[in-house]
Amino acid sequence: MAKSYVSTTINGESAEYLCEPQQTLLDVLRDVVGLTGSKEGCASGDCGACSVLLDGTLVCSCLVLGVEAEGKSILTVEGVAQGDKLHPVQQKFLEHAALQCGFCTPGLIVASKALLDSNPNPTETEIRYWLAGNLCRCTGYDKIVRAVQDAGAVMRGETV
Amino acid sequence: MNYIDSNLKVVGTRPIRPDGVDKVTGRAIYAADTRASGMLWGKILRSPHAHARIVSIDTSKAEKLAGVRAVVTSADFPNIASEEAFVGEGPMNFRDLSANIMARGKALYEGHAVAAVAATTQAIAEDALALIDVKYEVLPHVIDVDEAMADNAPVLHDDMFTSGVTPKPAKASNIAKVVTFKKGDVEAGFKTAEVIVEGTYTTKPVHQAYIEPHACLATYGSDGQITIHSSSQGHFMVRAYTAKLLGMDIANIRCTPAEIGGGFGGKTLVYLEPVAVALSRKTGKSVKMQMTREEVFRGSGPTSGASMDVKIGAKKDGTIVAVNQILKFQAGAFAGSPIGPGCMCGLALYDIEHINVVGYDVVSNRPKVAAYRAPGAPITSFAIESALDELADKLGMDPLTLREKNAARNGSKTHYGVTHSNIGFEQVLAAVKTHPHWKTPVKTGQARGLACGFWFNIGGESSANVHINEDGSVSAATGSPDVGGSRASMGMMVAEVLGISVDKVRTTVADTASIGFTFLTGGSRVTFATGMAVTQAAEKVVDELKKRAAMIWEIQADAVEWRDGKAFPAGSNAGAFEPLDLAAIALKAGRTGGPINAEVSVNAQGAGAGFGAHICDVSVDKETGAVTIERYTAIQDVGKAIHPSYVEGQIQGGAVQGIGWALNEEYIYNDKGQMENPGFLDYRCPVASDIPMIEAVLVEVPNPRHPFGARGVGEVPIVPPMAAIGNAIRRATGVSMPHLPMSPPTILAALSAAGK
Amino acid sequence: MILASGGSCHQFTGGRTEFDVEATTFRRLILELEQKYPGLGKQIEESMAVAVDGEIFQDAYLAELKPGSEIVLIPKIGGG
Ligand code: FES
Ligand code: FES
Repeated sequence: MAKSYVSTTINGESAEYLCEPQQTLLDVLRDVVGLTGSKEGCASGDCGACSVLLDGTLVCSCLVLGVEAEGKSILTVEGVAQGDKLHPVQQKFLEHAALQCGFCTPGLIVASKALLDSNPNPTETEIRYWLAGNLCRCTGYDKIVRAVQDAGAVMRGETV
Repeated sequence: MNYIDSNLKVVGTRPIRPDGVDKVTGRAIYAADTRASGMLWGKILRSPHAHARIVSIDTSKAEKLAGVRAVVTSADFPNIASEEAFVGEGPMNFRDLSANIMARGKALYEGHAVAAVAATTQAIAEDALALIDVKYEVLPHVIDVDEAMADNAPVLHDDMFTSGVTPKPAKASNIAKVVTFKKGDVEAGFKTAEVIVEGTYTTKPVHQAYIEPHACLATYGSDGQITIHSSSQGHFMVRAYTAKLLGMDIANIRCTPAEIGGGFGGKTLVYLEPVAVALSRKTGKSVKMQMTREEVFRGSGPTSGASMDVKIGAKKDGTIVAVNQILKFQAGAFAGSPIGPGCMCGLALYDIEHINVVGYDVVSNRPKVAAYRAPGAPITSFAIESALDELADKLGMDPLTLREKNAARNGSKTHYGVTHSNIGFEQVLAAVKTHPHWKTPVKTGQARGLACGFWFNIGGESSANVHINEDGSVSAATGSPDVGGSRASMGMMVAEVLGISVDKVRTTVADTASIGFTFLTGGSRVTFATGMAVTQAAEKVVDELKKRAAMIWEIQADAVEWRDGKAFPAGSNAGAFEPLDLAAIALKAGRTGGPINAEVSVNAQGAGAGFGAHICDVSVDKETGAVTIERYTAIQDVGKAIHPSYVEGQIQGGAVQGIGWALNEEYIYNDKGQMENPGFLDYRCPVASDIPMIEAVLVEVPNPRHPFGARGVGEVPIVPPMAAIGNAIRRATGVSMPHLPMSPPTILAALSAAGK
Repeated sequence: MILASGGSCHQFTGGRTEFDVEATTFRRLILELEQKYPGLGKQIEESMAVAVDGEIFQDAYLAELKPGSEIVLIPKIGGG
């Protein structure tokens, strides 16, 4: 089958790739573009390990086709930090030990950033429901929720 | 040396883990992230039948498909003899393991591997699977454990004669083994009982459900040298099993541990690696394999489901006098359920005079079970701790008081013969009593449950090395894959011994060619056993540093003292020298005898048992049967928390896995013996919105066998949740909950059966 | 020294669970038991751990035996 040419922006830089029409964005990112930070835990939209932002909207990249990214802007976990400066969500995940194996972490970082971008001061319940699509089998979510709360406080300028 | 009572500067603090930045930026390399030039993709064909004879496999069409490079079946693996060994997380029979990774003669469960393909792309490999023509003769199957034990059940292995019974049975059956543990005289014990409770309990198999599916990349060189990158709890285990299953020399296999995306016991054996090596050998190319989530569910894990009978007799004052327990554990398609620990763990918490426990290891047409956190213990404790709660009610006694009255102490002799020493169960119960959660009255509309748990913890073989680099910074390496932050705790112990700050120590996990043998990460052994190795290596390095300082100062080595990362003259007699720090000594390492490093290998014994108690408040919606966990507290003796955040994380994570086991998780089979819910949508692990904060309370009763007093912590927290939640639901509804999962349909059925 | 066994040793010992055995090393002990109950020594080496006076040794050869020690054979323990 002929490959499709796709022109997009990935993590702030224009990018182009060729992909099969049926190839998912996750497979394109990992196997074609070489960005392996987004993970595959299920390939069916149930675990959130593959979470990316597509034009600012949180999506499971395993449920999006590579060709659908045409003309859009993609943010993956690799683009969350600014150079060597970690995003507050990343910093707080580290400080709170909000990861054990770290496999869910890329998806959770992207999802948490998306939450705080749209809702700078979420309640615990709002955080838990927003992250309900991101499975973590290691942590029991406690430290993840606290890390997101704390990152929110930093982004609001209340603490460091 | 022992640091239990010393003034610690690093151990007990909460530094950022050394592999942290890689993991929050997407840079960490997991097995599926690896690549090799010219690599092929491997895929496995799995049996659609629960039980079938494999009449023939025709691979010719698949082999002709463009892009397909090789197909393998069991004919490509040596037919190895039955041999028991203890390489992974339980006794393993190599013949069975070989037949599990590639079915030989019979497919024993839906999802059982029957062939594998290597092709240039994943898509071609998948297309090729459909072209493999397997002729099956479908056989009757059996899924349930009680049915598998019945006389007329379809028998999986016609050479399985129950071991552990005399005389040896004349007829093959699905009962692989019977184990018994006796203490005192249980009949006589029950005669003295004034109150008796009895119950039958069942649990379902649950999957470890690590988010990362199994994956590996293997290369077989034409010189017979093999490299494997894979996600496992032990790369030495991968090496040993692969060598055995392919009949190769261990020295020719080099296994590099990729980052591991969760294991919980499920990555303590191999599924893909030997297959990938076989495909690579046949094609001369590197082969990468990764399971889909569906394959993970159908072809790997889970832990046993069980059916259990419990009878407990007590005096009116609450003294338990006799217990009878029968446990029937599903092993999956091959023998080897955790029936031993199942028989031991449930009653290890209590000092009881008369005990009789009988356990059955039973095969049926399900995936072969793998270890899952405290294998066997959560199952048995669900039965025991639920029955104890009923007993407390019957006695009119508070459930905590009943446990305090019967709690095992130092010197208590268990029914499996071991006498407890240096345990902290009483301290855990005392912490329950004074905890605000326990002292706060239960809110209206809610009810509270309490349950306890035990795990032995293990030690075993570990290797570690510590190097002082040329600039005085420190590298430490171990052979233990880091599943949850162990690089941090290893580095902290090194830093503590050397008297330096932890960011001066870089900790890595070394491959099988770069460090001595290390048993896998499991059984809650790494902080204990590998921690012991790394501590001793650091101590050796300190001794060497003192020698080097003595040389520089031209004094005796015993006149040098090591403090705060520096060598000092031991007293005024030793001379007046400016202290030498690591950098100063490292600078002169070449001139004082060469590089400064030490490698230590240990076989650590005396791991120190762990005890925990969980308190849980629930509300139950009697219309829908839905249960909400309102508040949850997990209290545990951890010996000494090296990095308290990661200790809490183990406890919180284990508790939430237990909550899933209690409320939702199960394998659902259709009448053909096929799993109907092999995905995260229908196999429902807890998500963030299902649960509240989990308060982890660390009780520290030091383990005298560990330099810092640490005990394993990872297993215990999954033991109490099922009974804690069940007990709370029973108190909320007035109806016993002997069957897991306590999902809405189960609860509604129980309520309606009780006329509520 | 007293030796008690739980679990799956009974098949070799005709159901006996407690024995008196004279041995100063674990290696000796296994040999003695194998002599008395053929098959038991191998079973112990392959799949048993041992507790000596309350302390569990997964690899029994490391255990130090003293006169009067209480020795208990239990299934080897793994974990998750
Ligand atoms: S991999 Fe996309 S949601 Fe699981
Ligand atoms: S940290 Fe392992 S799945 Fe979340």
